[in-house]
Amino acid sequence: MSEVKPDLVDVQIDGVWHQFPKGTRLIEACRQAGVEVPHYCYHPKLTSPGNCRMCLVETGMPPRPAPGAESPQPDESGHLPISWIPRPVIACANTVAPNMGVRTTGPITEGCREGVMELLLANHPLDCPICDQAGECSLQEYSVEHGKGESRFREQKVKKPKNVDVGPRVRLDDERCIMCSRCIRFTDEIADDPVLGFTDRGSHTVLTVYPGRELANNYSLNTVDICPVGALTSNDFRFQMRVWFMRQTDTIDVNCATGCNVTVFSRQNKIYRVVPRQNNDVNSDWMPDSHRLSFHWIDSDARLTEPMVKENGKHRVATWGEAIAKTVEKLTSLSGSEIAVIASARMTNEELLMVNRLVKQLGAGHVEIVPRMGEADGYLISADRNPNTNGVKLILGLEKPGSALERVKSGIEQGRIKALLCLQENLVEDGGFSGELLGKLDFLLATHPHANPTTGIADVVLPGACWAEKSGTMINVTGRLQRLNKAVDAPGETLESWEIVRDLIQALGGGNGIYSAMDLFKQLAAEVPEFKGLSWGQIGDLGLPLIETGETIPALEREKERKAAGLIVG
Amino acid sequence: MAIIVQRPKLKWWEQLYLPALVSGMRVTLGHLVATLTRKTKVTMQYPEEKWDANLPDHYRGAPALVTDEHGRERCVACQLCEFICPPRAITIKPEEIPSDDKWAKVEKRPRAFEIDMIRCIYCGLCEEVCPEQAIYLRKDYAITGTSRAEMVHDKERLYEIGGVRTGLVNKWNDLK
Repeated sequence: MSEVKPDLVDVQIDGVWHQFPKGTRLIEACRQAGVEVPHYCYHPKLTSPGNCRMCLVETGMPPRPAPGAESPQPDESGHLPISWIPRPVIACANTVAPNMGVRTTGPITEGCREGVMELLLANHPLDCPICDQAGECSLQEYSVEHGKGESRFREQKVKKPKNVDVGPRVRLDDERCIMCSRCIRFTDEIADDPVLGFTDRGSHTVLTVYPGRELANNYSLNTVDICPVGALTSNDFRFQMRVWFMRQTDTIDVNCATGCNVTVFSRQNKIYRVVPRQNNDVNSDWMPDSHRLSFHWIDSDARLTEPMVKENGKHRVATWGEAIAKTVEKLTSLSGSEIAVIASARMTNEELLMVNRLVKQLGAGHVEIVPRMGEADGYLISADRNPNTNGVKLILGLEKPGSALERVKSGIEQGRIKALLCLQENLVEDGGFSGELLGKLDFLLATHPHANPTTGIADVVLPGACWAEKSGTMINVTGRLQRLNKAVDAPGETLESWEIVRDLIQALGGGNGIYSAMDLFKQLAAEVPEFKGLSWGQIGDLGLPLIETGETIPALEREKERKAAGLIVG
Repeated sequence: MAIIVQRPKLKWWEQLYLPALVSGMRVTLGHLVATLTRKTKVTMQYPEEKWDANLPDHYRGAPALVTDEHGRERCVACQLCEFICPPRAITIKPEEIPSDDKWAKVEKRPRAFEIDMIRCIYCGLCEEVCPEQAIYLRKDYAITGTSRAEMVHDKERLYEIGGVRTGLVNKWNDLK
């Protein structure tokens, strides 16, 4: 241990010596040493104002001898003795120093924590039974660990505004606020929309939104996530479900090519909320509100639950076997050049692999996807609103996905294309196909989670699972391979797209033997060179870089700059 | 440690068992005579006769919701009883109290509160876990119905059984 590398310093944490790079915050050093220091205001992605005082720890340094006195001598391990400082310091804003000692237990540290907890709880309302944060509240957790269990406060509690609308999606309860200022720092430092602040400094300090402004930016719900207590709650999730009932599934967001890592909270096959999950290579700790709330789309009344076939101009419910047989009968009567396949860049890589096989099996003349280009917001939303365009490029071999859509349209117009397989897409509303144009087709198959104008025209309608109901992998805008995990069961007889396509291929006389998305991934690893040698387990919860695209995520670039400047831990 | 129990040494007339048999029959026949002459009464004629007045204070009957002396429904739909319920008999759908309501301050109440009395095992954990003193096991035990649906007590029925309970902690008053 005595051979200290130039950029590492020796630090004793709870009696054990560790080495950390210079500049490491004490709280992070403790975390790396396996000791969690309780904290409210500290957040690794935000600056550290050090205002909650919960992370106070006892520190010590080697004694500095008086002039002429003997210098302290290192012990056998090469460390100088530590003289403990009677005044504790905050672990979130102080950095490690050579030969420093840290005590995260002991009378001083524990006394400080108990004192801070007692003061925080003095005015905290007994709202837990109605508070949405209950069950995931830092104040509750630390009350159990460091609280007294009873209050010595006999005076009247301070009254503050409750149930305040601070924005269209966020509700504020000032009595629950513990003044950690995480939300203020988030809106200022990350969302660049500094609308929150404290007023009435003192025991009546309230968090408030600046007069005439509101917390309305597209990242406002992240303040709800980082609020350690129930002061900021989501209007959308308000009183919907207690957190302890819900099952958590780690998956990814599919509303744009960034592929924010998320956790889906569901109970009894119903999704109640989606929250961002930390991934420092994709979305840091954040996600846009528009994407987070888009899950409501899944549960709409228009949900398809059974396969349907059109007879005499009207749809009737059919069995899967019937619908597939009807499709195959039609397709085998046509030559490959008369068939077009429109897949979706919302499909997983595994599904695209199956689509590719279907195209080969049919010898289909056209294969295309529907592009969805929008504007990047300069934070996390990518211009490409399709989550897996890179997968389409790799697996379907399309160089410019979406560019040949016009050719398909003119093919239908001129009668060269007689049958169209529309997989998980809405051609009328998203692809710019007119209903009239689709009416010219001899045969249209449409798979989609919901009934829409395209399925209304289709000869065969098949219910396909949506993103929360399937497993698979996708490649995001930066070329990162990420896993999509099934959170809820699909309703009715809905099948995942790869199952639908597998059944079609099988009915057309192709091979079978695929029973899960994991099986398909193995085949993907064997067939597509970029996936070579990869396994499902290897991808992990955070994904791994697969290809170089040269694209970056603006919010992450800014985070890197702030980290390099030493403003945040990162 | 094993204890060796010594068998009693029986006398010769005891070994015949006849005296024991006779004394036993005397008790049995005594009861027979007492019953035939209606000196003792062993059957309660339920449901014409009931034992309700003798139910102990700790008797656990049907769980029900209560209102307090201010007419406020005490349940705030925290769903802890739903969580603790071992047979999962309780289903709660919460809602927000509208801002023009007298008790808007409480913010949350159950929109629907259902207890499936076919599932309920009368364990009383719901009463024990309730942080708002809103659910109590009453002395109602004869819960009957002619269909499964009828056996599910909805919010209205639960308040009907529960009634008003006074003298409870009032944490939602003006002083909180």
